Amino acid sequence: MSAEKTENVSWIDKRFPLTETWRAHLSEYYAPKNLNFWSFFGSLAILTLVIQIVTGIWLAMSYKPDATLAFASVEYIMRDVDWGWLIRYMHSTGASAFFIVIYLHMFRALLWGSYRKPRELLWIIGVVIYLAMMATAFFGYLLPWGQMSYWGAQVIVNLFAAVPVVGEDLSIWVRGDYVISDATLNRFFAFHFLLPFVIAALVFLHIVALHHVGSNNPDGIEIKAGPKGNRWSDKAPADGIPFHPYYTVKDLTGVIVFLILFSLVMFYMPTMGGLFLEAPNFQPANPMQTPLHIAPVWYFTPYYAMLRAVPPMWGSQFPGVVVMFGAILIFFVLPWLDRSPVKSMRYKGPIFKVATGIFAVSFIVLAWLGMQPASDLSTLLAQIFTTLYFAYFLLMPIYSSLDKTKPVPERVTS
Amino acid sequence: MRKLIIATLLLLSPAMLLASGGPPLQKADIDLHDQASLQRGAKYFVNYCMGCHSLQYMRYNRLAADLGINEIALRENLLFGDAKPGDLMENAMRPEDSLKWFGVAIPDLTLVTRWRSPDWVYTYLKSFYVDPTRPYGVNNVMFPLVGMPHGLSDLQGIQEPVFEHAHKEGGEPVVVGVKLVEQGSLSPKEYDAMVRDITAFLTYAGEPIQLERQRLGFFVLLFLGFLFIPAYLMKKEFWKDVH
Repeated sequence: MSAEKTENVSWIDKRFPLTETWRAHLSEYYAPKNLNFWSFFGSLAILTLVIQIVTGIWLAMSYKPDATLAFASVEYIMRDVDWGWLIRYMHSTGASAFFIVIYLHMFRALLWGSYRKPRELLWIIGVVIYLAMMATAFFGYLLPWGQMSYWGAQVIVNLFAAVPVVGEDLSIWVRGDYVISDATLNRFFAFHFLLPFVIAALVFLHIVALHHVGSNNPDGIEIKAGPKGNRWSDKAPADGIPFHPYYTVKDLTGVIVFLILFSLVMFYMPTMGGLFLEAPNFQPANPMQTPLHIAPVWYFTPYYAMLRAVPPMWGSQFPGVVVMFGAILIFFVLPWLDRSPVKSMRYKGPIFKVATGIFAVSFIVLAWLGMQPASDLSTLLAQIFTTLYFAYFLLMPIYSSLDKTKPVPERVTS
Repeated sequence: MRKLIIATLLLLSPAMLLASGGPPLQKADIDLHDQASLQRGAKYFVNYCMGCHSLQYMRYNRLAADLGINEIALRENLLFGDAKPGDLMENAMRPEDSLKWFGVAIPDLTLVTRWRSPDWVYTYLKSFYVDPTRPYGVNNVMFPLVGMPHGLSDLQGIQEPVFEHAHKEGGEPVVVGVKLVEQGSLSPKEYDAMVRDITAFLTYAGEPIQLERQRLGFFVLLFLGFLFIPAYLMKKEFWKDVH
């Protein structure tokens, strides 16, 4: 938008802060000039959310949330609906892509220390988004009504039954029946449709919080605290550049690379060898026949491995459920666990770097273990890596204060 | 190019590394571009399999259009009873009859190559063997205690099981393979070719759009590849004054 406003724009501006919003959040929002490729995943997360919402609405136009019709309606979409196969593969590939992007986005926050003061709330809103995504994915996975949809949902809803005293009633309340049934499918469809819009609202809050505190960067330096004055404004941070056009054109290249990878999967490997679309899910749900090996989709497998790693105690699976949910909820307190005087991994010391490396490896190994049939060896490994996963968080107050940090420069480095 | 892309993605996909149990699979080696093979497979399927097994998500006219079968040939070779070209291929045995005669609901095969695999189907069709303890006199290496008769035994002939004796004392011997003892009306080579055609057809039926999606993907990737060039140059142009 140019400086001279047209008559139409000033008509709107008197009634709605269009130009003001555009300036505050795009053309005069100053982002650090040293953002690297890790910053792509924020805009890519918005893109994948939009892909999921748009393709999801179009799928809902032909999908039937009815236990006797659901499976056939998905095949109807794949065969008889014009471009239905493309919309469906976009949605199934998009679900996995969304989690890949979010995991990288979260890992970027770990590297840059983006959860640290003053971004604690920004981080917490992000963790809430992650939880909402997991709920959405869980509800959505039941909808194709295949064998893995059915038995995966059965396993996860039974987790609620492990809660002491109220568990049994709780699981019936969640299912709306004694087993996963048509009633469950209907309510899961309703929630699967609703939650993405809740996520969109949370993303709005996430960006409001981000633009209030300002973007972090690979150096973990607050550009707002540094010297003022750049080519565009005397008051703007010297190390800041307008988000638009600089980061819009930069993110556009990231978007195209992402779409290339997305298309490679969608057009050539839509099942990703059974990771994105599991083979047993091409069989309609059969309540009378339990599959030999039940595993959730890959993005849940780290937590599934943790669940299986904890042995039943006092005849109850509840401790495993607590560990599993604890592994996710512990992200909420991360801002207060890190006592390092510096934010970014660049200036943190060797202990923190090694700890983060071990954490990342643990997460990947747990994801792999969660896909395997349980064996003595895999359970032992899962126990070791679950311990390492939690050690990263629980020991952080100690090792982050012991660690030898490097001096942080005054200005961002390029 | 396309094969290279697929090969790279296969290598990247860790699920491919997961070992699966069960007897070894033979390579089906099908070619979905070979329309003659798919047409033969469709004919064999409708004549030998569809008495019992439906393809309830597949339409006759879709099959005809995709496999280059004209309407006259479709009506003469593939449409039986009162089936119409626009119908789904579900005029197989009624479920109540199948329960009565076989004790199970006969599985629909539209997606069998997707939840098993083409290689599994190919190997299965070659793995029937004589077993007098079974109601229809045959069993299958790939599917122990299978409930169906060997519908192609007149063509293939009679196979006997190859046992591997259990390593543990007192253990039952395990069937590990089959050997042909009496040839049917087809030579083993001809039978393999027939089974390959059926597997190819079922693989097509599992995802009729497969070839079209790969063809389109090529153009989408080409477009995105070209789009990246001006986008990257634009980024460089905008950023050249940022230091």
